[in-house]
Amino acid sequence: MNLGSWILSAVVATLALSTSLALSQGLGLTRMNIHYMLGTILTPDRDRARLYGFLVHLANGWLVSLLYVFIFEARHMANWWFGGLLGLAHALFVLSVLFLLLPSLHPRMASERHGPAAARQLEPPGFMALNYGYQTPLSIFLSHAIFGAILGSLYHLK
Amino acid sequence: MPENSRPTEPEAPNERHAAPSDGALTFAPPESRFPWIEDYAVIGDCRSAALVSRSGSMDWLCWPRFDSPSVFASLLDRERGGFWQIAPTDSDLSTERRYLPESNVLETRFTTRSGAATLTDLMPVQDASPAMVPDHEIIRRLTCDSGEVAVGIHFAPRVNYGEKELQIRQAGRLGLRMEDGRRIYWLRSSIPLQLRGSSASACCVLHAGDTLLFSLSYAEDAPAVLPPLDHLESRIENCVDWWRKWAAQAKYDGEFRDEVIRSALALKLLIFAPSGAIVAAPTTSLPERIGGDLNWDYRYCWLRDASLTIRALLELGYWDEAAQFLDWMLHATRLTQPELRILYTVFGNPAPKEHVSQVLHGYRGSAPVRIGNAARDQLQLDVYGEVVDAAAQYAFHGGTLDRAMQKALLGFGNYVLKHWDSPDEGIWEQRTRRRHHTHSRLLCWTALDRLCSLCRQGKLKRAPLDPYKEHAERIRRQIELRGWNRELQAYVSELDGSQLDSSLLLLSWYGFERADSSRMHTTYRALRARLSTPEGLLYRGETLPPEGTFAICSFWEAEYLALGGGTIEQTRDLINVLLRYRNDLGLYAEEIDGATGHALGNFPQAFTHVGFIGAALSLEQRIKGETQLAHRPAGAGRQQGHSKQAA
Repeated sequence: MNLGSWILSAVVATLALSTSLALSQGLGLTRMNIHYMLGTILTPDRDRARLYGFLVHLANGWLVSLLYVFIFEARHMANWWFGGLLGLAHALFVLSVLFLLLPSLHPRMASERHGPAAARQLEPPGFMALNYGYQTPLSIFLSHAIFGAILGSLYHLK
Repeated sequence: MPENSRPTEPEAPNERHAAPSDGALTFAPPESRFPWIEDYAVIGDCRSAALVSRSGSMDWLCWPRFDSPSVFASLLDRERGGFWQIAPTDSDLSTERRYLPESNVLETRFTTRSGAATLTDLMPVQDASPAMVPDHEIIRRLTCDSGEVAVGIHFAPRVNYGEKELQIRQAGRLGLRMEDGRRIYWLRSSIPLQLRGSSASACCVLHAGDTLLFSLSYAEDAPAVLPPLDHLESRIENCVDWWRKWAAQAKYDGEFRDEVIRSALALKLLIFAPSGAIVAAPTTSLPERIGGDLNWDYRYCWLRDASLTIRALLELGYWDEAAQFLDWMLHATRLTQPELRILYTVFGNPAPKEHVSQVLHGYRGSAPVRIGNAARDQLQLDVYGEVVDAAAQYAFHGGTLDRAMQKALLGFGNYVLKHWDSPDEGIWEQRTRRRHHTHSRLLCWTALDRLCSLCRQGKLKRAPLDPYKEHAERIRRQIELRGWNRELQAYVSELDGSQLDSSLLLLSWYGFERADSSRMHTTYRALRARLSTPEGLLYRGETLPPEGTFAICSFWEAEYLALGGGTIEQTRDLINVLLRYRNDLGLYAEEIDGATGHALGNFPQAFTHVGFIGAALSLEQRIKGETQLAHRPAGAGRQQGHSKQAA
């Protein structure tokens, strides 16, 4: 593994992911505020949650990029389209598995089964995060494809 | 109940005027089912506001800002507007209502043949606590106090001024979910609601002690916060406490304390907390003449209200609000400086262009319903005087004008030097040709006069004092010569004109003429003779066909009397007369129907409440022998404010 290349490409790719998700919200593709969602794992304070969420997302992107890098090294292939494909697979996993598990993982998220309670008041994402807007899957697929493509094109195989 | 229909308004037993309906859950012709304007109450969260009728129907709500498109607009169209009603179904019903003391939390008590129930309505105010709460929320609680009460709940949102019906989805125990582009609404209820197309409803019988809870929330960010219903009680208490703490800061302890606090609370509701701007009213197109077309959108911030508003805030002790308002005026309007527009949005952008709703038919057939305001393109020279005077008051009360503020004030001064002799649309924003309004000249004089005062007191650096003095003197001469009609022995609306205008009472307020001068006395007599009703209310001018009397003009009259134009008793008597025209909750609209006493125009109106607070403050200062209107400092002009000696 090329450590220097991984660190650099992971930072750039994660920042691009954050930016594209924020742009998607600003453009009305989705209501999902990923930083707020992640930050509320740590604090109920709305303003702090956005900051903490940004840092969590950055760290998270860095960690997940390790998996991409392992696959690049295993396949001896790292380019934008292969990274993009991995990004789409990543998005599919996030949408179909992770978001469905989120009410169980997130300490402040309510579920349709139990409804909101004092400790759990956040709206759950629902299937494919459609609760956050019907174009949310599109924005997540797009953002993760960008993440993977940047990682694939910037990472240099060892 | 058909999904697009709604029950009629029940008769209010303690109102001044007969209500239009009998309270039965039947369907009457649309226009007969409009409550009177004064039959509404307002709730708000200092970002947006909702109007609730006596029959527990929320008929107006714009989210997330005062000037956002409506969610409920039944106020302007009973069929298409959308509403949310929670009320007993019994046709034999009486209603009483009040705000919880020193708060903007509304209680409506329904008494039926079989029992009584109380509906509590509020919009929680966002405070600094880190607790997780929705961005915007309305909480409604219905408690059966005695006996048993059959209750109907009908929820029918119609967003974007009635244009769009929202699809309501059942989301299990999370509640009802409505999506509108990037906006999401959640309705949570302690009783299951049945969906019928784009409406939801329920009926049930409550027994003594039973309570129903509802929370309607709005978010643009996901995940939205869904408040648990079992926490609503404590949140209602927190909201009441928040308002009470705010009200307790008021320094006024005069004879109209309760009424002044109510007006201050109404004013606070209309302050947009994120920017400090104050909207004129939370509604659009409530008519100034029933059936007429004098229907305007008032959900913006008018600079012409600045001076009187900041005086009310400062002298009531609300420094933060005054400072934020001034800051908003001088910073948020930077895009257009040194020119000022008449009105701005709460974030300082020009108000949107005016258009007519193709869906809403208007209050009691008063079409059109206008959205946006065409006055945005008018020239109103008096706003410069208003803004400079507001800044001067702030400085004379001890506030500091930073460099950016001083620069802005100098820019306004230069603008006035160049343009004071131009015709304009004037304070009443007439949509005819521009004219040379005496009131506009008065405020141009005020701008230059206050700049001189600020300069003398060292609060304004690098001001060109000599041109200010010279032009102020020229304006004064022009008003005294051409704004005065010898035949009428009165100041007149336009230079060389013969029409009267109630805004001329402000000649004393701004320190141009002593209130006890012979010119002001004869002007006042002429105004009373030509513009007043037998009940003592004042029209703003001589308009045909007549509109309602303009409520703030009557308060200007009271203030004129308090400043020395009359006696303490005369002032007190007039204020007491005017207090009779508030609604049962202490709220004023823009105008009062001279013949029937009904409220007219947008509601509630910040300017009217500011007028009342000002009159009460001036009266109190006169009774105590205190200096009145400190914004007219010694040496500011030829005439000084009425002071202890005159009292």
